[in-house]
Amino acid sequence: MDALNFFANVDWSEIWLATGDTFIMLFGSLFFTVLLGLPLGVLLFMFGPRQMFEQKGIYAVLSLVVNILRSLPFIILLIVMIPVTVLITGTSLGVAGAIPPLVVGATPFFARLVETALREVDRGIIEATQSMGATTRQIIMNALLPEARPGIFAAITVTAITLVSYTAMAGVVGAGGLGDLAIRFGYQRFQTDVMIVTVVLLLILVQVLQSIGDKLVVHFSRK
Amino acid sequence: MIEFQQVHKTYRVAGRDIPALHPTSLSIDNGQVFGLIGHSGAGKSTLLRLINRLEAPSGGKIIIDGEDVTAFDANQLRGFRQQVGMIFQHFNLLASKTVADNVGLPLTLAGELSRKEIDARVAELLQRVGLSEHAKKYPAQLSGGQKQRVGIARALSTRPKILLCDEATSALDPQTTASVLQLLAEINRELKLTIVLITHEMDVIRRVCDHVAVMDAGQIVEQGPVADVFLHPKHPTTRRFVQEDEQVDEAEQRDDFAHVPGRIVRLTFQGDATYAPLLGTVARETGVDYSILAGRIDRIKDTPYGQLTLAVTGGDMEAAFARFTAADVHMEVLR
Repeated sequence: MDALNFFANVDWSEIWLATGDTFIMLFGSLFFTVLLGLPLGVLLFMFGPRQMFEQKGIYAVLSLVVNILRSLPFIILLIVMIPVTVLITGTSLGVAGAIPPLVVGATPFFARLVETALREVDRGIIEATQSMGATTRQIIMNALLPEARPGIFAAITVTAITLVSYTAMAGVVGAGGLGDLAIRFGYQRFQTDVMIVTVVLLLILVQVLQSIGDKLVVHFSRK
Repeated sequence: MIEFQQVHKTYRVAGRDIPALHPTSLSIDNGQVFGLIGHSGAGKSTLLRLINRLEAPSGGKIIIDGEDVTAFDANQLRGFRQQVGMIFQHFNLLASKTVADNVGLPLTLAGELSRKEIDARVAELLQRVGLSEHAKKYPAQLSGGQKQRVGIARALSTRPKILLCDEATSALDPQTTASVLQLLAEINRELKLTIVLITHEMDVIRRVCDHVAVMDAGQIVEQGPVADVFLHPKHPTTRRFVQEDEQVDEAEQRDDFAHVPGRIVRLTFQGDATYAPLLGTVARETGVDYSILAGRIDRIKDTPYGQLTLAVTGGDMEAAFARFTAADVHMEVLR
């Protein structure tokens, strides 16, 4: 009886709903983060020091914007972003209200990881592709991105896991999700059982994301 | 024909101009295997990259088959680069693509052939370099020599007129080097392709090149047909390269010969003269005696040559020397 009693406060339909919200926020924001962060990462790389389009000025500006967004604590970003979020999604509340700040918070981080992954590509590959008469677009699409694929998948994995912890904070704007449940019930109402269940579910989610990511990295490494 | 007219290249590093190539004029005939030899930093890599404009010249003109490639715009340059293949010391194959996809990449980028035509061309190229059964493998699964063969197949895919080789054998062991050089010679012969290669090993020059230019500190210090430069090196840099190849230390040798009696001469035989029984004949007829102090009989590309250092004593020495000079032999009196 004790074991059952222990989970007395756990409303499983609530948990189920929160898990769904977490998933929507995670994959919704991950999708847009990759969509925006990948080109931004490529730009950072191309304009960066000793690269194809080395442009100190442009790189410095891009770098500064990325660094400012990265140094802002996510919880602050969430609040500062409210007017912008309303403009984009029509609401600053719920799952829809959480996705814009999540994307803005994760994109600079992901872009930096992409830049690093591209720098890992042997310069000789770029030179070889240039010597074939490739256009810049072809160099990026046919050589740089395929060669950096393992690094980019690793970056997506790390970003996804970072987003999991960001979604927990998104509860502040009433976004819902597992993290929100943990704070409102587990922490604020001292319902330890709810806390344990949500934390375990988040842990499983992170584990699954990491192992899928690792598998993709290994698969595309070709080494 | 590749023609350099007063081409020079200067890099700007930390506000200072560093000359990589001093004004250089040079011409490379079509169908030739042209070797550039030099130590690292001698400017050979810069010179090679100026040909396909991976490096832009700071001044001068580069004329290839009558066209000034230094005046090409971006579009013309892409078209031109498709006619110039290039292979690299570290192969620069794409790890994410199979052997077949690597070889087909220049054709895919050019976008002129259909998938089917590309596949057929790739199969033909892999056959030529002897890698047909490795088409579906990834570069990481191949040995160094196999990787360079993939590199060669890839460079040939667009049927280029010129092949640039950037230290193509420097990362390979001697046996693999020999087989890759043989493949290059074969390609040069069968496809009538101009090959420009850079190396720091005289052995590579000796095996495949027709013509050689020796570079030192950003300029060409000596050039000519390989046999001339190799057998009668003039510039100190060239001499060092030849000695490295022969594993001879000139100073050490002079000490060793110090106590040898008689005159010391070096005879150089080339072609058919290499196998003529000249030494015995001359010794019998002039009564001189000789001992061989050092010697080497080898080939320069397809031509056999011999180079012997002799100590000559007794008999009619002048007559013997006259006979050597009269025969098709180059004689140099060392002492």
